[in-house]
Amino acid sequence: MTGLRELYQETILDHYKRPRNFRQMPDANRQVEGYNPLCGDRVTVYLKLENGVIQDVSFVGQGCAISTASASLMTEALKGKTEAEAEELFRRFHNLVAGGAGVESEEGDLGKLAVFAGVREFPARVKCASLAWHTLHAALKGDLRKVSTE
Amino acid sequence: MMAIAKTPLDIQRIRSDFPILGTRVRGRPLVYLDNAATTQKPTVVIERLVEYYTHENANIHRGVHALSERATSAFEGARDTVRRFLNAASPHEIIFTRGATESINLVASSLGRQLLRPGDEVLITAMEHHSNIVPWQLICEATGARLRVAPINDQGEVIWERFEEMLGPATRIVSVVHVSNSLGTVNPVRRMVQAGHSAGAVVLVDGAQAVSHMPVDVRDLGCDFYVFSGHKVFGPTGIGVLYGKEALLDAMPPYQGGGDMIRSVTFEKTLFNALPYKFEAGTPHIAGAIGLAAAIDYVEAIGRDNIAQYERDLLEYATHLLEEIPEVQIIGKAAHKAAVLSFIIDGVHPHDVGTILDDEGIAIRTGHHCTQPVMDRYGIPATARASFALYNTREEVDALAAGVRKVIEVFRR
Repeated sequence: MTGLRELYQETILDHYKRPRNFRQMPDANRQVEGYNPLCGDRVTVYLKLENGVIQDVSFVGQGCAISTASASLMTEALKGKTEAEAEELFRRFHNLVAGGAGVESEEGDLGKLAVFAGVREFPARVKCASLAWHTLHAALKGDLRKVSTE
Repeated sequence: MMAIAKTPLDIQRIRSDFPILGTRVRGRPLVYLDNAATTQKPTVVIERLVEYYTHENANIHRGVHALSERATSAFEGARDTVRRFLNAASPHEIIFTRGATESINLVASSLGRQLLRPGDEVLITAMEHHSNIVPWQLICEATGARLRVAPINDQGEVIWERFEEMLGPATRIVSVVHVSNSLGTVNPVRRMVQAGHSAGAVVLVDGAQAVSHMPVDVRDLGCDFYVFSGHKVFGPTGIGVLYGKEALLDAMPPYQGGGDMIRSVTFEKTLFNALPYKFEAGTPHIAGAIGLAAAIDYVEAIGRDNIAQYERDLLEYATHLLEEIPEVQIIGKAAHKAAVLSFIIDGVHPHDVGTILDDEGIAIRTGHHCTQPVMDRYGIPATARASFALYNTREEVDALAAGVRKVIEVFRR
């Protein structure tokens, strides 16, 4: 139960019910669709990149509380970040949710994203938490094909 | 629990036949409600496998030695057990496969290649599992035939008029599910077979979700083919069955080539073996077939009429409990249903429902259940699905309802 409370804590439920930056972006210069065929979750991430800096980021899609909240909090964390900073954040976020029990997490540096630490205890949900981030990663690389978690 | 006076089943005794049901999950007793995905195994099946590998293991149909004779006799005995289970006319009509999926692929590939010409039609329904869609798409693509889909109504029933309308002189094959794995609908397969035959089509019935829940008599249904998987009827994984009418199977070309399916081989010409061996290339899953026979014996000792009656009560009770919760919407409200309860909760994604129920020790399935077109039909990405077997109890249904209320409470915060 403690694990469950940690997974479905207030911040996550809040971002699920009221996702931030949940909109299409007609003037985006990067747009990638991510898909988790296992559960049917879909997310499209929009980026406005100028001189290597993320000027704006948004998303649309449908998914569970974990994947929607993760996308929402991701967009909040990314604004104004450079591409390199965004990739570094992805690396640390991935380490946080998928690192497993033995791996030291660096949640101290992750700000609000640290709320996803609880996902570690639910291996089946790691893909939900990381779908938006994988999609972002593809958008940053300029790989505009559909991203799948499988 | 003891309040279920209506049932002739001794559920506590049945539960004690399934050792895994004593498992604790996250500190709570396991409530296993994912039986449409796979069923648990009774001790008699587990012990039969151990017995086979301990005392009878040998390859079949070839050895002159004692063990091979024992293994062959057990394997062919299993075939006859399956024949009785389906009331087929002859053991030659029972082909062992890896499962319902392989059985459908066998028919689509072998019969499809033989029968289908450009412009011909294959008719399925909108509630089919991917395993009864994709093999037909593949063979239609290869032969130039066309796949047609009979629509379903909001309750999740095939719209009979449309189904009949779609049957015509071009229809060569009809393939329909007996019980829908995502909606629970029991199709009127006997009537569908008659209608298909009137149009001159060959009819396959996918019984993967039916055989563990109700009596099935292929001669009464009149179907040309009937398929099911062993693991959904308390048997091992990796073993399944294709029933086919002897005349059809006899005329069909082999599906795979190899050992056991031949009569004689030279580099110039190969003569194929008789039924059923023509369709059983290579060493089969001998232990699986023998384990499946033990599972069938177990089910038959309890009686499928008794099981059907017990599960009907359970499904009714579960439907009633979930309908009392205003945030819950049941998906699939056919007049005739079996053992499957799909639902969604307002404002909560099914995946989150699954995780929170799992924390209570309750195993359900969440997702599209390999029926994406059904999800599209209802405009939803997924459902939560509780599916029952003969060992489930009213207490477990109570736990499910309490779990659903907890999900709503977590998300209301």
